[in-house]
Amino acid sequence: MNPRRKKRLTIVTSIIIGLGVVAGLVLYALSQNIDLFYKPSEIYNGKQDTGLKAINGQRLRIGGLVVPGSVHRNSESLKVSFKLADMRMPISFSETDPTVTVSYDGILPDLFREGQGIVANGILVNGNVIEASEVLAKHDENYMPRELLDDATEKPVNSSYSKNLLETTY
Amino acid sequence: MMWKWLHPYANPEISYHFAGKILPWCARLAFVFLAIGITWALLFAPADYQQGDTFRIFYLHVPAAMLSMGIYLGMAIAALSSLVWQLRLADATAAAMAPIGATFTFIALITGAAWGKPMWGTWWIWDARLTSELILLFLYLGVIALHNAFEDKNLAGKAAGILALVGVINLPIIKYSVEWWNTLHQGATVSKLGQPSMTADMFWPFLVCFIGFAFLVTALICLRFRSEILNRNSMRPWVRELVATEEKAHAV
Repeated sequence: MNPRRKKRLTIVTSIIIGLGVVAGLVLYALSQNIDLFYKPSEIYNGKQDTGLKAINGQRLRIGGLVVPGSVHRNSESLKVSFKLADMRMPISFSETDPTVTVSYDGILPDLFREGQGIVANGILVNGNVIEASEVLAKHDENYMPRELLDDATEKPVNSSYSKNLLETTY
Repeated sequence: MMWKWLHPYANPEISYHFAGKILPWCARLAFVFLAIGITWALLFAPADYQQGDTFRIFYLHVPAAMLSMGIYLGMAIAALSSLVWQLRLADATAAAMAPIGATFTFIALITGAAWGKPMWGTWWIWDARLTSELILLFLYLGVIALHNAFEDKNLAGKAAGILALVGVINLPIIKYSVEWWNTLHQGATVSKLGQPSMTADMFWPFLVCFIGFAFLVTALICLRFRSEILNRNSMRPWVRELVATEEKAHAV
């Protein structure tokens, strides 16, 4: 390669690498702001990386799985409350998981069901209750046909779901 | 060795005719693959167990999003070879690719929003994946604007090329945003190592659609590349000759 081209290549690569490092540092510094939501365990223990804890009255988003059996609907109104636990793949719940209660007054998205990933936007009160003003469903990256569910002998391709859970949640 | 083989393609006239030769083949393949792939995806692929038929937008959304990033990478490589090796044609290639990439980015954003409303419950959310893809659209628009901002095409190519190269940093951010941060957008289903997170009867139509869209993109790039070359060489004798023969052919 002739020297002029070599020089230009060096300049261009070093600029790109330099900007890459800058972008990396900026994103690292901003990582807690880029995170869309808190996990339920992070409400108790603080953010994973920084240990930053949410305070009462803070507006935040919480993301987790709806704990089966925890959904309570008010028969008179649209008020609903449910518990969220940390998302975990494959989906599983245990008694010892830290959970956060979300109370919401409004229409839930179609994908809302027990065992489903949810992101709720609201205000933290009493340390572990979130009064949500918006509830969004978080879909995961797994797709499969309905027949797989009905076919008890066949295992789902991804096997990240247990059959029982799918039946109860679907 | 490779230079000897590549060298003739630095000539605009040869490249123009080469692009003209592969264009119809790419267009035909795109038509065949897309006709099969889209029919398969929309009519015969099984519906998702949770989303029903709404998930079929996957077959448009995912290829568009993947190609929006692929085209950007191609454009950045063209910009790099233009800046370092000063290949004039590399500028024309980058200029030809930018609007196509912008269109595919736009399609990815729109189809994503159309899917997000029924599934998530919102058209838009400022999570890392959606925001970085929107930034990709703005980068494309910036590159297009710079290509057209200067009378001097070399200067324009240089300015647009620098922006295109700087924007490359956004590509890994888009790709890994769903892993690095908590996002509402789901993780990768197909564009990852290992088994795709969908069944084979859902995956194959996707692959056919993706190949179809990739051929479509190649055909569109060839088309725009040819017109870029004509535009930039309009004063050259071979272009005038070409125009003269075309005119004669149409006059008869």
